[in-house]
Amino acid sequence: MSVFINKDTKVIVQGITGSTALFHTKQMLEYGTQIVGGTTPGKGGMEVEGVPVFNTVKEAVETTGATASVIYVPAPFAADAIIEAVDAELDLAICITEHIPVLDMVKVRRYMEGKKTRLVGPNCPGVITADECKIGIMPGYIHTKGHVGVVSRSGTLTYEAVHQLTQAGLGQTTAVGIGGDPVNGTNFIDVLKAFNEDPETYAVIMIGEIGGTAEEEAAEWVKANMTKPVVGFIGGRTAPPGKRMGHAGAIISGGKGTADEKIRVMNECGIKVADTPSVMGETLIEVLKEQGLYEKCKTH
Amino acid sequence: MNIHEYQGKEILKQFGVTVPNGKVAFTVEEAVEAAKELGTKVCVVKAQIHAGGRGKAGGVKVAKNLDEVRTYANEILGKTLVTHQTGPEGKEVKRLLIEEGCDIKKEYYVGLVLDRATSRVVLMASEEGGTEIEEVAEKTPEKIFKEEIDPVIGLQPFQARRIAFNINIPKELVNQAVKFMTALYKAYIEKDCSIAEINPLVVTGDGKVIALDAKLNFDSNALYRQKDVLAYRDLEEEDAKEIEASKYDLSYISLDGNIGCMVNGAGLAMATMDIVKHYGGDPANFLDVGGGATAEKVTEAFKIILSDPNVKGIFVNIFGGIMKCDVIAEGVVEAAKQVGLSVPLVVRLEGTNVDLGKKILAESSIDIIAAESMADGAQKIVALVK
Repeated sequence: MSVFINKDTKVIVQGITGSTALFHTKQMLEYGTQIVGGTTPGKGGMEVEGVPVFNTVKEAVETTGATASVIYVPAPFAADAIIEAVDAELDLAICITEHIPVLDMVKVRRYMEGKKTRLVGPNCPGVITADECKIGIMPGYIHTKGHVGVVSRSGTLTYEAVHQLTQAGLGQTTAVGIGGDPVNGTNFIDVLKAFNEDPETYAVIMIGEIGGTAEEEAAEWVKANMTKPVVGFIGGRTAPPGKRMGHAGAIISGGKGTADEKIRVMNECGIKVADTPSVMGETLIEVLKEQGLYEKCKTH
Repeated sequence: MNIHEYQGKEILKQFGVTVPNGKVAFTVEEAVEAAKELGTKVCVVKAQIHAGGRGKAGGVKVAKNLDEVRTYANEILGKTLVTHQTGPEGKEVKRLLIEEGCDIKKEYYVGLVLDRATSRVVLMASEEGGTEIEEVAEKTPEKIFKEEIDPVIGLQPFQARRIAFNINIPKELVNQAVKFMTALYKAYIEKDCSIAEINPLVVTGDGKVIALDAKLNFDSNALYRQKDVLAYRDLEEEDAKEIEASKYDLSYISLDGNIGCMVNGAGLAMATMDIVKHYGGDPANFLDVGGGATAEKVTEAFKIILSDPNVKGIFVNIFGGIMKCDVIAEGVVEAAKQVGLSVPLVVRLEGTNVDLGKKILAESSIDIIAAESMADGAQKIVALVK
């Protein structure tokens, strides 16, 4: 088991003929992901990497039976691409694209109300279920199958956490990058809920950063609902206020969204927070040992 | 992106928000000329810098005649204002706004901002004009009123009315206030603002609702479709190194420390600053080279880091995902050759093609200290700059 995606997930790539999308399509195919089609308006009928290209998402879905899409469409057109995926009633749309105007995302979120599609991202590395299905841009080889779920606002910090886990002999179920933008689709709580319900996931690492209050809300949810141990890390303890730290959402404004406040609330809610990014794995191991779960989680 | 108050008012005026008559001045003579043209009894000389708190720092003066305009313009132009938003080094005033004075009866606060929790734009208002909204939120949160705006239908008149009544705008001016807020919302949406703050909004003795100040910030991701807003960019208000970095799509922010950092990914870049600090060091910058960095970009990143005279050592921390470690290694070697590296360099490589990357570094003639992990690298660079 896993969350959101598995070996049976059929995926289409929106914007498949762009150079970044092509590169990652190849990587995803090599990992074993079932990429069944792609779209680029005007290029329907072509084939790339052995994958058929369609003009519209609807046509691609009807022909291939895909239930998920991954979006590499450039930022000015990405909101339209997400809405097209939602309109085609896909279960899952994962948007990798960075730099989408935030007011576009406000409209997208409004349009998605009451629709069935789950959006992950934008501005995220994607979702990977180890050894089964990789949708996104993460390096596949650092992942190993196991029982730890990972959810993060940052791409490279997810890699860092997964790498530490794999090195320590702890495999993962699914790693979900929810993205670094202020308005996104899936949030921490959505992913934590899914991990809580997944019988194969025994523990979770949650990686946040400065800006907004999503980590605080997630921590309160964990305290009230989570039956599995969660450890965390928050990036940006030393970030100055008022400056955007790379991610559009990573900004301390009006005294809100500081790392210290997030860490305080997480600790209060029973989430142990790693002191430095290099001990995320170690911190989880400590907690697993305390709770007698270490042997169960050890995979190799 | 930030713009000046007078530029913000120019934009708002186009959308029908009432603002005082005013003109920008770059010299004392222009200031006096502007006051003459305005022809009002009283005018206000306002320093134009990208920071709030100008009044308290002596950057806003009321002049009762042209001589006073000259005196104040002389005093403020070229002065370095230190406010709670400028940092201790302050900002030099290079532009003034000369504006007609008005008979203020009462000050209010009105602002539009994105609410991340609901993914909607929110209209916020308070009777406590002139005070920072963060301060009001902390001390008297009951005095802040909010209206969540549905992006499909936009700000509705009843919402603006409800706000106007809640903050006690005089009854006879409520319709004017509604028009004001509707126009402000329109400007916010059409210009891709990230913040639109009117603090204070004033009600005048002659029964007008006016934006006495205006702070507009814009979503930098939307500037591709806001060419006229982009034209307002004042490079003199920005850090030179940050401007240089933006030319190469590098995300760079200057900090006060002496350890230059070069990292891929925003999250890892923040975390790298944190771990340097954890081991007793001080980062000189935040720098994300991005996922698609080339050897050329890495070289430019190095040059920018080294252009900061405070930098006494560099820590390169890369987790190669799609970006390959050998590409980074080649960039580091090339950059070190070009710029003539004069400070210690610690490199931590992990991820795709890591062995190849390490080999390139080891075989180069450059003095590079290899690190096994983030923690190891941070400890090494901190020890080296001490």
